[in-house]
Amino acid sequence: MLRLPPFTYHRPKTAAEAAALHKEHGKQAMFVAGGTDLYPNMKRRHQVPTHVVSLQDVPGLTAIEQLPDGRLAIGAMVSLTTLEKHLQLLRDYPGLAHAIAEISTPLLRNMGTIGGNLLLDTRCTYYDQSHEWRESIDFCMKKDGAICWVAPGSPRCWAVQSSDSVPVVCAMEAEFELVSTEGTRTVRGDALYRDDGIEYLTKKPEEVLTRLILPKTGGWKASYLKLRRRDTYDFPVLGVGACVWTDAGGVVTKANIRLGGAGSYAIPATESEKLLVGNQLTDELIAAAGTAAMKPARTMDNTDLDVYWRRKVAPVFVARALAACK
Amino acid sequence: MVLDDPAVTTPQARTDAPWRHDAKKEDLNVIGKPIRKVDARSKVAGLTRFADDLSMPRMLHMKLLRSTVAHAEIVSIDTSKAAALKGVKGILTGKDLPIPFGILPVSQDEHALCPDKVRFVGDPVVAIAATEEEIAWEACRLVEVEYRELRTIGGIHEGAANDEPRLHDYGVRGNIHRLENLEFGDLQDGFAKAAHVREDTFFFEGNTHLPMEQHASLAHFDKDGKLTIWSSTQTPHYLHRALARTLHPLPAHHIRVIACPNGGGFGGKSDPFNHEIAAAKMAMLTGRPVKIALTREEVFWCHRGRHPVLMRSKIGVNKTGRITALDFHSYLDGGAYGSYGTASTFYTGALQTVTYAVDNYHFRGARFFTNKAPCGPKRGHGTPQPRFALEVQLDKIACDLGIDPAQIRLDNLAPRDSLTANFLRIGSMGLGQCIEKVVAGSGWKERRGKQERTKDGRIRGLGLACSSYLSGAGLPIYWNGLPHSGVQLQLDRSGLVTVFCGSTDIGQGSDSVLTWIVGEVLGVDPLGMRVVTSDTDLTPVDLGSYSSRVTVMTGNAAMQAAERARDIVAKGVADKLGVPASRLVFADSRVYDAEDPKKGMTFAEAVVCAEAKFGTIGTVGSYTPPKSAAKFRGGGVGPSPSYSYSATVVEVEVDPDTGIYRVPKVWMAHDIGRALNAAIAMGQIEGSVYMGLGEAMMEEMVYRDRTHKGNRIFVHKIPSMLEYKSPSALEMPEVVSYVVEDYDKNGPFGAKEVGQGPLLPMMPAVANAIYDAVGVRVDEIPVSFEKVFAALQAKKEGKEARFGPSNGPDGVPEVDFGDSLKIKTPWQGGDGTAWNEPKREKKAAK
Repeated sequence: MLRLPPFTYHRPKTAAEAAALHKEHGKQAMFVAGGTDLYPNMKRRHQVPTHVVSLQDVPGLTAIEQLPDGRLAIGAMVSLTTLEKHLQLLRDYPGLAHAIAEISTPLLRNMGTIGGNLLLDTRCTYYDQSHEWRESIDFCMKKDGAICWVAPGSPRCWAVQSSDSVPVVCAMEAEFELVSTEGTRTVRGDALYRDDGIEYLTKKPEEVLTRLILPKTGGWKASYLKLRRRDTYDFPVLGVGACVWTDAGGVVTKANIRLGGAGSYAIPATESEKLLVGNQLTDELIAAAGTAAMKPARTMDNTDLDVYWRRKVAPVFVARALAACK
Repeated sequence: MVLDDPAVTTPQARTDAPWRHDAKKEDLNVIGKPIRKVDARSKVAGLTRFADDLSMPRMLHMKLLRSTVAHAEIVSIDTSKAAALKGVKGILTGKDLPIPFGILPVSQDEHALCPDKVRFVGDPVVAIAATEEEIAWEACRLVEVEYRELRTIGGIHEGAANDEPRLHDYGVRGNIHRLENLEFGDLQDGFAKAAHVREDTFFFEGNTHLPMEQHASLAHFDKDGKLTIWSSTQTPHYLHRALARTLHPLPAHHIRVIACPNGGGFGGKSDPFNHEIAAAKMAMLTGRPVKIALTREEVFWCHRGRHPVLMRSKIGVNKTGRITALDFHSYLDGGAYGSYGTASTFYTGALQTVTYAVDNYHFRGARFFTNKAPCGPKRGHGTPQPRFALEVQLDKIACDLGIDPAQIRLDNLAPRDSLTANFLRIGSMGLGQCIEKVVAGSGWKERRGKQERTKDGRIRGLGLACSSYLSGAGLPIYWNGLPHSGVQLQLDRSGLVTVFCGSTDIGQGSDSVLTWIVGEVLGVDPLGMRVVTSDTDLTPVDLGSYSSRVTVMTGNAAMQAAERARDIVAKGVADKLGVPASRLVFADSRVYDAEDPKKGMTFAEAVVCAEAKFGTIGTVGSYTPPKSAAKFRGGGVGPSPSYSYSATVVEVEVDPDTGIYRVPKVWMAHDIGRALNAAIAMGQIEGSVYMGLGEAMMEEMVYRDRTHKGNRIFVHKIPSMLEYKSPSALEMPEVVSYVVEDYDKNGPFGAKEVGQGPLLPMMPAVANAIYDAVGVRVDEIPVSFEKVFAALQAKKEGKEARFGPSNGPDGVPEVDFGDSLKIKTPWQGGDGTAWNEPKREKKAAK
């Protein structure tokens, strides 16, 4: 790893100004929040923006605010440590709080922000390597090369969605507030993400993620279960986000299951979801829903741990995540 | 400065006094006390200056351009664009450093910069020095290297199957670097006596040292023609020799090597390295200080870590489980260079006999050259792999016969004060006591085989394993009859004692060991002493911090120097006080009459008395290990002044649905002879548990092997701290350490090693514990979650409940080992020579 390459550091005072700066410098610009993802990438010369637009001075981005309709809005610059210990989050949104606590280490969570984690770059063991290493494989299409080593015949990049917060946030159908020079808009859950290792976001590059808006509590329960080798700093190689809505009788009215770490976006386990709706969450049903999740868990050989094993244990993890929604 | 008057050193003092192994604990003031390390406060305060902390005015930064292909001939190198980059001050290629080097005289197969051929992704090709590190890096990107690619040799089976292309033009044949074939006793008879015979195949994947400190060096060539290099090295003496060789005609006495405090070594800094030689040459070329600090990835390229080893072991036992014969094959994936590989190969067969008595023993070992980062010595050097195989196999035997795995080991213990089948001389032997400690501590007898469930549904299991390790190699790396370690003492009028020694503190505390031993003998406070170590200009040669040799060897040398100093001082004080020298006591920084303790003086006053009588006070001590009983070819690897012993019980909790397991607790007993400092010894035990656990559970040097458009890409899969998985603090189990003391007469105050031994039983104990919990065998290291899961699946499907290399004929490669060297065991009347040893060829003597 080298020292950071030279770049111009911008500290805009509003989100709109940040968006304008980004737009002005186009591909040369990137936003930085906590810097825990961007700066190491810059040191490895993966990402080489010459203009880094910091969001640290944008007011309001560190606020956590209960909206009049009962939803909870979390500013994009709120640190992961703050959220991990936030009493309201722990009480009302324990699934998300748990997912956040599972991110990396205390030191990284002190610096890292929720916005940064939601927009975390996709990862791949062919990509997250030094420049010299990537030279030896003649690079890959995500940076400097032409091929995807995970699937050489494929026209697309298969880098992996590796954020712990995304699967559960998508399952919960939380909303994202985006600000650009053209104004503010919100998108819901899955709509922010795309199934592509390079263009993994639907937002325009200059759009600033300003807030994460969590749905009103009541009638649903969410959970997150992470698979990784070590219970610290490892990225998920499978991250199951589940959210189950039930009626007064305990019958499932809606279920969302998202598989992180298994593809370039948080993949919906649609068959499993279908099995749940209209039924009580019995142990048998949970096991069946788990089994049905093996198919969408289309793990690739570009993360830690054996690719087939990750797929084979996906049913166990999905079932356990669902059990936690009971 | 040095007074070494034979008259003051009686023969008795030379032979008896230095060991003092049977000194009573209550008679010792320093030895055995939990004194802090001499360098502890600087380390904790961040004030220790490691190699990368050094800088000099006008210093240049060097970077290496490394091969991007696994195996190729170099067609051309064009450095013209790099040379034109502003800030670039020097460029070196292979032709500037044409003399090969290597740690062992038998494998001088490395170049600082590859002259004609590259042998793995990461092999250095060009060195560039510039005013800034980034400029040197950019300049490397401007170099154009044209390669003609050769077929890649990707592992053991490929090395055995492909004689061409050869990585090196030396070795046995094709890509076989070494073949060893040693037969002790009568195997046929041994197996004939067996009531039960097992044959198993095991694989131990390679792994690396992962020291916190990345290698760094700073070289300076002054205007008087003297070269100084500061480096993170465990072996300054061997680096000194390699520099003298490769920088010829620069004379050896113009080269000064200073080993900086090492931020961890574990064997990974024991070879002379290409970057050290290139930095030295670059300093000579540019006339400016040159520094190189390796990246983490480059540390993976330096490697010299654990060899991947495939093993087939056939063992015979009688009805009661007593071993009658062992036939052991090992196949080592050596990587691209020789390094310590010759020794590593022998070590995969050397120490099986030191824990358990093996009456008849046949060892065959083969090492292959492959296009990977070179393997070498890592903590346990060559012995953890066979230890894993043997300890798992014994566990299986115990299960087959319905014997308690602890009992089968107790029944097979090698006797103390004996010669093994392969002529290793065992002295003290506390393994039995170690086993009893961990069996009692863990509740082994009550808890084993119970498959208790944890609250979260995991299944508990206990596994036991044992091991032994040497306290220093009996022979040096290069043949010579000189001492292995030297210590020089200087006594100042102020009472200061300065210890000069070539040994290198790699964090294990060797600087402190010197002060404890000298402090004990001279009765002075270790923390008030000065230690000058690992500087080839100032300190007597010590061979280096490897093979767990330092405490025993420098310790004995220090003891001898201290005894000599004590004699001199005692004579001076005796005259002054009118008391016989033999009655004087050295303690509490005083020298006094044993019969009238008030009659005496401070140590400083005592030094003044002696200096007045004899002149400047300085003494030397040195140590040469006892002669080995093994006289056959290959018998040089394995002998040691003494052997340490370890036994462990590991507890696991396995999730039967996924194969995921954790290790909550470990009981580890280690026979250290005598703990010079039990607190530091326990630190070594816990560190070994940690490192062993990493090897057992997750660490592996694995390669990406892809072919695209006819080109094979073969590169280390995960050369980073994040993706090369080693345990974090959260995976670290609770460790219960037992320090067992079975005093050894060859050790200073009876001490033996502790730095490596306790690592060895961890891996088999984890595998055995998994079996105890869920009834499946993983005959392969690491015992990763996937493998446990695969074995569980196999069990579920009614197949063999095992994961591991094939036990069939395809499991190991076909290798013609040739005729064995046949050696009669001591109990057959053998004298340590092979009765059929072929005449040595002339060229070996060259």
